[in-house]
Amino acid sequence: MSRSRGFEVIIGLEVHAQLLTRSKMFCGCPTTFGAAPNSQTCPICQGMPGVLPVVNRRAIELAVRSALALDCRINPGCRFARKHYYYPDMPKNFQISQYEEPLAEDGWLEIEVDETTKRVGIQRLHLEEDVGKLVHEGAFETAQASLVDYNRSGVPLMETVSKPDIRSPEEAAAYLKAFRAVLVSLGVCDGNMEEGSLRCDANISLRPRGASELGTKVEIKNMNSFRNVKAALEYEVGRQAKALAAGERIVQETRLWEAERGYTRSMRSKEYAHDYRYFPEPDLVPLRLDPAWVDGIRAALPELPRATRQRFIDAYQLPAYDAEVLTQSRALADYYEEVVKALTAGRAPSAALPALGEPAKIASNWVMSELLRELPADDEAAIRSSRVPPQNLAALVMLIADGTISGKIAKDVFKKMFETGESAGTIVEREGLTQVADEGELLAVVDRVIAENPKAVEDFRKGKAAAAKALVGQVMKATRGKANPALANRLVEERLRAV
Amino acid sequence: MGGLSKPPKPPALGAPRQSRGAPRRPASFNGYRRGDFTPEDTARAHLERIERLDARVAAYLTVTADHARRAARASAERYRSGRPLGPLDGVPVALKDVLCTAGVTSTCGSRILERFVPPYDATVVARLHAAGAVMLGKANMDEFAMGSSTEHSAFKPTRNPWDLARVPGGSSGGSAAAVGGRLATVALGTDTGGSIRQPAAFCGVVGVKPTYGRVSRYGLIAFASSLDQVGPLSRDVTDAAATLSVIAGTDPLDATSVDTAVGDYVAALGDDVTGLTIGVPGEYFAAGIDPEVERAVRDAIAVLEGLGVKAERVSLPATEYGIAVYYIIAPAEASSNLARYDGVKYGLRVPGKDLIEMSSQTRAAGFGAEVKRRVMLGTYSLSAGYHDAYYGRAQKVRTLVKRDFDSVFGRVDLIVAPTTPNVAFRHGEKADPLAMYLNDVFTVPASLAGLPALSVPCGFTRAGLPIGLQLIGRAFDESTLFRLAYAYEQATDWHTRRPELP
Ligand SMILES: [Zn+2]
Repeated sequence: MSRSRGFEVIIGLEVHAQLLTRSKMFCGCPTTFGAAPNSQTCPICQGMPGVLPVVNRRAIELAVRSALALDCRINPGCRFARKHYYYPDMPKNFQISQYEEPLAEDGWLEIEVDETTKRVGIQRLHLEEDVGKLVHEGAFETAQASLVDYNRSGVPLMETVSKPDIRSPEEAAAYLKAFRAVLVSLGVCDGNMEEGSLRCDANISLRPRGASELGTKVEIKNMNSFRNVKAALEYEVGRQAKALAAGERIVQETRLWEAERGYTRSMRSKEYAHDYRYFPEPDLVPLRLDPAWVDGIRAALPELPRATRQRFIDAYQLPAYDAEVLTQSRALADYYEEVVKALTAGRAPSAALPALGEPAKIASNWVMSELLRELPADDEAAIRSSRVPPQNLAALVMLIADGTISGKIAKDVFKKMFETGESAGTIVEREGLTQVADEGELLAVVDRVIAENPKAVEDFRKGKAAAAKALVGQVMKATRGKANPALANRLVEERLRAV
Repeated sequence: MGGLSKPPKPPALGAPRQSRGAPRRPASFNGYRRGDFTPEDTARAHLERIERLDARVAAYLTVTADHARRAARASAERYRSGRPLGPLDGVPVALKDVLCTAGVTSTCGSRILERFVPPYDATVVARLHAAGAVMLGKANMDEFAMGSSTEHSAFKPTRNPWDLARVPGGSSGGSAAAVGGRLATVALGTDTGGSIRQPAAFCGVVGVKPTYGRVSRYGLIAFASSLDQVGPLSRDVTDAAATLSVIAGTDPLDATSVDTAVGDYVAALGDDVTGLTIGVPGEYFAAGIDPEVERAVRDAIAVLEGLGVKAERVSLPATEYGIAVYYIIAPAEASSNLARYDGVKYGLRVPGKDLIEMSSQTRAAGFGAEVKRRVMLGTYSLSAGYHDAYYGRAQKVRTLVKRDFDSVFGRVDLIVAPTTPNVAFRHGEKADPLAMYLNDVFTVPASLAGLPALSVPCGFTRAGLPIGLQLIGRAFDESTLFRLAYAYEQATDWHTRRPELP
């Protein structure tokens, strides 16, 4: 709040998502990332004289899927338009995009910041083609030559423009996170910000609190992570607030976020803004989306992260925090539910399990603390191919429930399971980790410990209850953690009182 | 026939009349089948003629003699074994240089593409090859198809075979002069606002602009994407019909190509025309039309009436806006289509101290004056602040032009009019761009409406210059165009006349 000096912050985000199609937007070239330069090109995506674009049906399908998930209105007829500007990475010197008639408009996305939920409006969602990549020989300023790699040229992009409903950098980051989660769960985009599969630009302006008119907006580019979005916008809020407070005017311009140096710098001002000279792409006919086809896509939509989150709270009585963490990716949510299922609907649910707590919460604790220690919550592929599959994690929990191993030992077992891919049972058996739960066996250890620690016994007699705890600790140590803690506690207390 | 020495096998170059009722096939096909002459004879005769005459006519930018000889030999072999690929097998064709030909330079008449060798064939070119046609070479044209005289070719002006002091029309002037001058049997041209029909009329040949969407534009170097169409030029209606049958049809590589059945245009040629109604639009006989052209067209209408066709006066009031609308929409699209020629990837590059300088110097050196004029016009009419007043408004008026035709086609089957207001003019005669643009006044409306239209020879001026009769049809009804044009051709002998090349 201090950063904004009492001004109200108005932010709108434009997110470009690379769609998970096998081929490009307007030709048949593959879209795989990282191939040798210009190995994934043809006359069409090189913009050769005489070529024509043909729309990739799968890209339309993925965009419709996204639009439905974001509750947008699908325009029954949409069309492509040419957006003109000169740049050598763009072979035609125009980009096929959508302008007056986008694929979808007027939706919303729910975000949560500080335990409060709010809706951010979606203004429009449209399709366009990506451009190529310039490779400079040497540093940009001193390069004697530049090479162009057209592999990315023509890759399908979906641009989604939010309404200016975002009120803080935190909300902006939350929006981007929620947006990414939706796209990833829909299978529309891999969400990889480092490889540029998801890119975000922001429009930000400040105005005196209570004012109804919008301030001059500045466009911020080059924020390629959640952290950068927040940091860049925080910087920009401070910069603009300081300027406004000093009575200066904000210049309408595009600024670039310099992540390493932590500031934004001017890239071009409004006078140099492009006149894109949009007009309808004459090489493509307007798209008429068959309502039955759209309905089919709607019917096949998977459950969205927000809905999954709510269901986890309702059905499993999970705290909101747990539900939020567990729904960061479809894979993680699925993983969690598999663990719960194995714990509750297994062939022989352990009678002892309820003693540990609600199975749903136990599963949540284990997934959040142990699995997510090893794997990022949003790495779909890694979670789906985890070396500890959900059934194995459930089996580990069952070993605690039935007293075979202690919770503490179980954590070590999990680490080993993750390293080796072996089951909990195999590891426990091989390493002899089975809990000592035999009274006679444990009693012998307890007696030895009491005999070796006369001072602790003395303390206990004087009324120091903590002395008993120390002795239990010694018992655990002597058994290398295998003693059943509850049993050890009971035996130590019984012996002390008997002495 | 003056100084014109005849090639060894005249039937290959003539157009003998076919008797009614006989199966209508291109003359060359019938000759090959009967064994009167072979595709190799024809190719050789044409190549010799090109060698002897093209220095003066300048119809070709590139002659692909080796390719032609090889293709002709393969074709001859197919006829010998009794398995020709169809009526176009062995027919020598000239291709307008706006069409991409794999491995053969395709300049589009421009310095900027002087050394551009496409790695792929245009769909129409691939279809011609598959049908056995023999490519003789690439025909001259106005740069980027912008012009009506072929004087805007960056390389050389083409001459009209009927009078070398005159232009062949344009922009498909090389194609029309090649066919008119018997330097090819058939040619492909492209028509954006009249670029097939006007040179066909000027050179005394048949020229067809198909319905927009009838023929694939893939591989046609774009001028104005919403108007461009590829079509045939030929000595008679039969060859044009046979050629369109081969190149027409939907193409998965062109989203604007329409999936509508392509008729056997040749088979339908002899069908009766009695009972057809033609509309004669008053606006096409307005002041400014050459009286000799008007008389020839009115005579042609009388010939049609004699064949049992009913003629009716109709009105197309939006005609007067055609040129204005066309010269906003076509340059706007051109400014966009030509943006890619910046020296980065292919074609000409003039080095500069930085990217912007390289780009502007490349374009300054690579584009001719007419292209620059239209790129500027188009850029202007699409610019912020002018977009609605020019481009936006032109699109609205374009729908009025279409509506004119829609209402008339409720009553008539075809519209008959002159192709051009005048005959071939002298080189340099129309130095004023506007005077040049007005030459398209009768061809532009059908282009704006996307309708099929055809020009067929309908007479000569006293000075011996050809006059064209334009037929405009309903969308995708090329069959009726061919049918009426064929009936007219059979009733007259204009198409049998040949220019006396010096
Ligand atoms: Zn490609």
